[in-house]
Amino acid sequence: MEYDVVIGLEIHVQLKTRTKMFTAAPYHYGAEPNTLTDAVVLGLPGTLPVLNHAAIEACAKLGLMLGCEIAEVCKWDRKNYFYPDSPKNYQLTQNEEPLCLGGRVEIELPGPSRNVQGEHRTVRLNRIHLEEDPGKLSHEAFDTVIDFNRAGVPLAEIVTEPDLHSSEEAVAFLNALIQLIHYAGVSDCDMEKGQLRCDANVSLKPAGSEQLGTRTEMKNLNSISNVRAAIEYEIARQADLLDAGESITQETRRWNAEKGTSSSLRSKEEAHDYRYFPDPDLMPVRLVRARVAEMEAGLPERPFDKQRRFQEELGLPYTITSVLCPDPELSAFFEAALAVHHAPKAIANYIANDLLRELSASAAHGESALSITDCPLTPAHIAELAKLIEAGVITKQIGKEVFAAMYASGELPAAIVEKEGLEQSDNSDEVETLCREAIAGNAKAVAQFKEGNDKALNALKGPVMKATKGQANPATLDAILRKLIESEG
Amino acid sequence: MPELYHQTIAELSAALEAGSLSSVALTEAVIARTAAVEAKVQAFIHYDAEDALTQARASDERRAAGKALGPLEGIPLGIKDILAVEGQPLRCASKILDNFVSPYDATVIAKLRAAGAVLWGRLNMDEFAMGSSTENSAYVTTANPWDLERIPGGSSGGSAAALAAGEAIATIGTDTGGSIRQPAALCGVVGMKPTYGLVSRYGLVAFASSLDQAGPMSRTVEDAAILLQAMLGKDPLDSTSIAMPEVPDFRAELKTRKGPWKLGVPREFLAEGIDPEVKANIEAAIDWYRQQGSEIVDISLPHTHLSVPVYYIIATAEASSNLARFDGVRYGHRSAEANDALSLFTKSRGEGFGDEVKRRIILGTYVLSSGYYDAYYLRAQKVRTLIRRDFETAFEQVDAILSPTSPTPAFKRGERSDDPLAMYLSDIYTIAVNLAGLPALSLPSGLTSEGLPIGLQVIGKAFGEADLFAVAHAFEQAHDYHRQVAAI
Amino acid sequence: MTDNAHLDIDYVARLARIELNDAEKKKLGGQLVAILEHFEALKGVDVSEVEPTAHAHPVENIWREGDSAGSVYAPETLAKMAPESRDQQVVVPKVVE
Repeated sequence: MEYDVVIGLEIHVQLKTRTKMFTAAPYHYGAEPNTLTDAVVLGLPGTLPVLNHAAIEACAKLGLMLGCEIAEVCKWDRKNYFYPDSPKNYQLTQNEEPLCLGGRVEIELPGPSRNVQGEHRTVRLNRIHLEEDPGKLSHEAFDTVIDFNRAGVPLAEIVTEPDLHSSEEAVAFLNALIQLIHYAGVSDCDMEKGQLRCDANVSLKPAGSEQLGTRTEMKNLNSISNVRAAIEYEIARQADLLDAGESITQETRRWNAEKGTSSSLRSKEEAHDYRYFPDPDLMPVRLVRARVAEMEAGLPERPFDKQRRFQEELGLPYTITSVLCPDPELSAFFEAALAVHHAPKAIANYIANDLLRELSASAAHGESALSITDCPLTPAHIAELAKLIEAGVITKQIGKEVFAAMYASGELPAAIVEKEGLEQSDNSDEVETLCREAIAGNAKAVAQFKEGNDKALNALKGPVMKATKGQANPATLDAILRKLIESEG
Repeated sequence: MPELYHQTIAELSAALEAGSLSSVALTEAVIARTAAVEAKVQAFIHYDAEDALTQARASDERRAAGKALGPLEGIPLGIKDILAVEGQPLRCASKILDNFVSPYDATVIAKLRAAGAVLWGRLNMDEFAMGSSTENSAYVTTANPWDLERIPGGSSGGSAAALAAGEAIATIGTDTGGSIRQPAALCGVVGMKPTYGLVSRYGLVAFASSLDQAGPMSRTVEDAAILLQAMLGKDPLDSTSIAMPEVPDFRAELKTRKGPWKLGVPREFLAEGIDPEVKANIEAAIDWYRQQGSEIVDISLPHTHLSVPVYYIIATAEASSNLARFDGVRYGHRSAEANDALSLFTKSRGEGFGDEVKRRIILGTYVLSSGYYDAYYLRAQKVRTLIRRDFETAFEQVDAILSPTSPTPAFKRGERSDDPLAMYLSDIYTIAVNLAGLPALSLPSGLTSEGLPIGLQVIGKAFGEADLFAVAHAFEQAHDYHRQVAAI
Repeated sequence: MTDNAHLDIDYVARLARIELNDAEKKKLGGQLVAILEHFEALKGVDVSEVEPTAHAHPVENIWREGDSAGSVYAPETLAKMAPESRDQQVVVPKVVE
C-alpha cells in the first residue's frame, strides 16, 4: 500500500553564550568533569535561578533569523520529572508563553545531480523556546557516573510543524537550519559535541488520506546520517506493520546507530506527567519592540537570499554559489574580496576552487579541511591577484604560480610578482624582434595564415612565448604578429 | 537590669559601644545560658560554641580597631536551620539532609555577617518549614519555655523558643504562612515577616517560593527594626527581590511616627473558632489604640476565609517541585537499598522525608497532576488575586490592620499531630498575609490565665514597614508584656 | 471540582518518587481526601474574570547582564558532598532508560 509520510522535528540547539542560562558559571565543551559547576548548577538547597540576558538575545536573534514572531512577553515554567542528570529534578523551560512564535525555514531539496539546483520549499515552525540542558550521564560497567558541566547550558528548542514528508526533506531542513544558525552566529551546531540534537516525530497515513496516523517519537538522533537512517527505518517499520493490518503504538523510540535499528523506550501510557506550572523564581521577560526592530535590522542576509543574489546580480553559476553560500565565513570572505576589487567570477573561482583545495590539502591527515578562518590569505590577496590578471600584469597561467606562492608565504601577490619577475613583458620591442625572427623562421605557417588559416598564427606564437618565458602579453603578441605579416603584404 | 541574655540588641549594643561589655563576654553568657536550659528547651539542632567565640573575638578586634560595623556588631543571633551558612550544617530539620554542610552563605546571612553579627547555632524547626508546632523535626522536640509541655509554635519554633529562653539575643526565622509570627506569639516575643521581595530568598531553602520570606525575631519592635534594616535589599541572585524606592531608617522612624492611625479590624477574624481569652485580649489591645486617638475601622476581607485552601494548594504545589532536588544523587541521604535509578529516588525520599513533608509533597504533586491543574492550582492562583484585592481595598481606608496572630495560645504537644487539617486551620490569621505578599508583625499582648503568651498581629501595606513598626512600637512601649520572661 | 475518589495514591506517590508502605498509604489517603474536601470551598468562587497571581509584586525583565563568567566550585566540592563519587564524578546505580 502507498502511504503519505508526515514528519515533525524538535531540535535542541546549545546557544553559544559564555555563561549558563540561569547562573554565571561558565561553559565550554571538553572541560574536565564537574569543573564548570556552582551552587545553582548543582541545585544546592536555597539556590535560585537568574536569567542570562545574553541567552535571551541569542534566542531572539535565532527566532528573527528563522522568521519567527518575537513574543511581547515570555514566561518561565517548570517541567517536573526525575532523572539523575537533572540537578533540580525539574527543568526550567517555556511551556505556555515561549519567546519565539511561528517561523519558516526555506529548504532546498536535492536536484537531479549535484551540479543542478534542486526545488525550494518552505517548512513552517511552530515555536522556539528557551530552556536549560541537563548534565551528562556516562554508563560504565556496573554503574552510571554524572558530569554536571553541561547542566544549565542555554538550549533553544526549535519545534517544526509536521511539514516534512521524507528523510531527504528532514535532512534538507537540518542543513538549511544549521546554515541559518551559523549565519546568526548563535551556535556552532556541532552534532558530535551535542551542540545540536534532533528528535523526529514520524507517522504514516494512506496516500491522499486527510486523517493523520499514529505517530512515534524517535530520540537520540545525534548526526545528520542518523536522522536520515532513523526516519527511513521508522517509515519502513510502520509501513510493514500497516501492510500487515497491525496498528501503530504511540510511543517514544530510541535509535541505535550501531545496529541501525530502533527500540521502544516507553509507550504513551507510561508517558510523563510533567506537572508544568509557572516558575515562581523568575519574572516574565517583556521584549522591547525597539530592541527587536534593531536586532531585525541587524540580521545578516539569509544564505538562500545570498545565493539568489550571487546568481542573479553577479552571474555566478550554481556550482559556485552552492559552495560559497552555505558557509557564512566563506561568503563573507568572498564579499570582502569583492569590495577590494569587483571581479566576481574570477574571485569566486579562486575561492571555490583553488583556495578550498589548498585548505583541504593543508589539513592534517584524516582531519577535516581547514576553515576559512584558519586561512593564511586575506580577501585582499585574492582580490589583488584577480586584479593583476585582469589588468594584464600576469597571465592566468602565472596566476596559478602566484596563488601557490602566496598561500605558502602569505605575501601579497604584487610583491611575489615583483620579486620573482613574473610580470608579463610589456617590452614590445623585444617581442617585435622575436616575432620577426619567428616569421622569418616559419614561412609555411605564414603562408597558411595568409591563406586564411587563423590558427596557423599559434605556430608563430609558441617560440616567442618560449623565448620570453611566458611573459609576453598574449594580446600584444597576437597584434604584433598580425601587423608584421600584413605589412609584409 | 535583666540578665545579659535577656537584654535587647539596643541595650547590648549600647553597652558594647560604651566598652562596658565585650562580644566575647556576651557570647559566653549566651553559651552558658544555653548549656543551662537547652536540655529542657531543645531549641537547637546544632551549635558550635568555639565557632561563635571565634566570631565574637573577631568582633571585639574590629571594635578595638575602631572598625565596628553598627548596632549588630558582636550580637549573637540564632539562625533557623533553613538558611545556608557557609561551613555549617544545613538540614532543614530533615533526615534527607543529614550530613549536608553548606558551601555557601545565604544573602541574608552574608548581610548579617557584614553587619558584624555573631552567627550562633542552627535552630530547630518543622521539617522544611512544614508545620505549626515544630513537632515535625527529625532531630529534636522543642518545648515552649512558658510551659514545657506545650509546643513553641512553628515552623520557626526553635527560633522563638531560643529567644524566649535567653539562648540567643535575637533570631532569624522564615515565614511562608505564619512561621515567624505564630511561634513569636506563642512564645511571647516579636516576630516580623517583611513584604515579599524585601529580603532576598537566595540561600533560604525553598518551601513555597512565592510565599517564603526570612525575617527577624526579637524581644522588641526596635530590635526587629534594627535587624530588618540589615537584612533587606535587592539581590542580583534573587529575581523576586525588590528594591524599596527609599529605605527609611526604621529605628529612627519609630520615634517620629506617632499616629494617630486609622486601624482596620477585619470582622471575619474575630468571628468564630477563636479562643475567648485570645479574643478578649485582642479586643483590649484594639481599645487601647482607640483610647490613644486612633480611629478603629470595621473592615471586611471577604475572601480570606478561602486562604487555607488557597494556601495549601499553592504552597504544596510549589513544595512538591522545590523538594524534588532532594533525591540522594548529589548530596544528602541516599538509601542503602537503592539499586536502580527509580529506587534511588523512591527509597531515598521515602526514608529521608518525614510524614508531614510526604503528605504535602503528595498533595502538591496531585494538585499539579494531569487533569487537575486548572481545578486546583490555577483556580487557587485566581482566588489569591481576590484575597490580594481584599487587602488593597482595605488599605485604601486604613494605615494598618489589627488581628490576633493565632486563634489559640500554645497547645499541648501531640494534641493536633494526628489531625493535619486542624493544624492547617491554626494558620488562619497569618496565611492571607503571605498570599497578599504584605508585611506583618506579631508582638506580645499579654498572657492567658494559664500564663501563656498571646500575640497581636499588625498587618501593613506593601513596603510600609516603617508604619508597621511604629504602630507596633507604640503599643509595646505603653505596656510591659515584652519585659515578661518565661520562668524555666 | 474533581472526583476525589480518583486520588490514586500509588500513581501520585510514584510521580513524586516517594516510596510509601501500606500503612502510610492508607493513613495518607484518608487524610488527603479530608483535605481535598476542604478545598471544595474554592469551587463556589466566580473567578471567570480574574487573572491568576503568580507573583505578589510582579516586575519584568530581571536578568543578569554582561555574560561574564563567575566563580566555579572545585570538583572536590561536589565529590565531597555526594553520597558516592569516583574520579570527580557522581556515581549512581546503573541507569537503564
